[in-house]
Amino acid sequence: MEEEKNLCHNQFDAGFRHGIPIGLGYLSVSFTFGMMAVSEGMPAWSAILISFTNLTSAGQFAGLDIIAAQGPLLEMAMVQLVINLRYALMSLSWSQKLDASVTLPQRLLIAFADTDEIFAVSSGQDGTLGSKYMLGLMIAPIIGWTAGTTIGAIASSLLPDFIRSALGIAIYGMFLAIIVPPSRDKRPVRIVVLVAVTISCLLHYAPVLQNLSSGFAIIICAVAASAIGAWRYPVKGDNFAASGESGEVLS
Amino acid sequence: MTTGTLIGYIVVMAGVTYAIRVIPLVLCQRQITNVFVRSFLYYIPYAVLGAMTIPAIFYATSNMVSATVGLIAAVILSWQRRSLITVAVFACVAVLITEWIQALI
Repeated sequence: MEEEKNLCHNQFDAGFRHGIPIGLGYLSVSFTFGMMAVSEGMPAWSAILISFTNLTSAGQFAGLDIIAAQGPLLEMAMVQLVINLRYALMSLSWSQKLDASVTLPQRLLIAFADTDEIFAVSSGQDGTLGSKYMLGLMIAPIIGWTAGTTIGAIASSLLPDFIRSALGIAIYGMFLAIIVPPSRDKRPVRIVVLVAVTISCLLHYAPVLQNLSSGFAIIICAVAASAIGAWRYPVKGDNFAASGESGEVLS
Repeated sequence: MTTGTLIGYIVVMAGVTYAIRVIPLVLCQRQITNVFVRSFLYYIPYAVLGAMTIPAIFYATSNMVSATVGLIAAVILSWQRRSLITVAVFACVAVLITEWIQALI
């Protein structure tokens, strides 16, 4: 029982396989980014460079607006900070989930790929995460994100509209596949998800509140819902698995 | 805009984004023992994904009807514990079929 709980995910090819659907989902989103960047008058290489060095959606789209408006660099820094602050929470969560064998240089590399989707898929694994699994997991999403931007920037009329519309939902299908099964099994998880969704709708539709940036809205939802979960349903046990069968929830 | 200015923007964007990601991961290397903090971090992924999915999913396709059908398909399949890829692919197929029917009507 104890050994099973201390399981370490450290297979490169398992990581790589898990990254493929993320990479495919990224293709359509980054395609849009490449298209928008070029239509704002930016050269294709800059759009590709942004995608390769940033690997994030909301932050890049917001950055595009600032570049187009030739806004101050400080504004760029502040906007990126607020929109991407959620990654700090995820990195903190990862710091508890990474195997003790993961070295500092490996952490420096893994941190680069802290996106919502990579974080979510890795968190869904039981036990700890090893460097090989993590590095395998990063590859397809980085390729997908950069390649999608390249295609979008160079040939924006390549994919017909109806295909792009259908691909747009792929990433959300993955999110649901991650949150629905544990929500079905564990009441505390279900409640946390419902609270997050409720606040998210409120922040999206309520007057005044809807002016919040999407990154900031996600931070508020995540902090509020998780705090309620931690307060009402503390999690016991040594294993830090964000989902799956292991994390035991007191209720 | 000059190439230099453009690169300046990109460096700031990438630098800030990477700093946010790397600092917690490098600074926090030991196990957190506080039950509240541990539980909080346990719930974070679910809360983030829930908030990111709804209501954004309704605007992810060309209209809300096809998005809703895709959402329902994804929820049913994930309820049955299908894999990530299966759920994603069939949500796309559901959207495709819905928009095809809409075009016929």
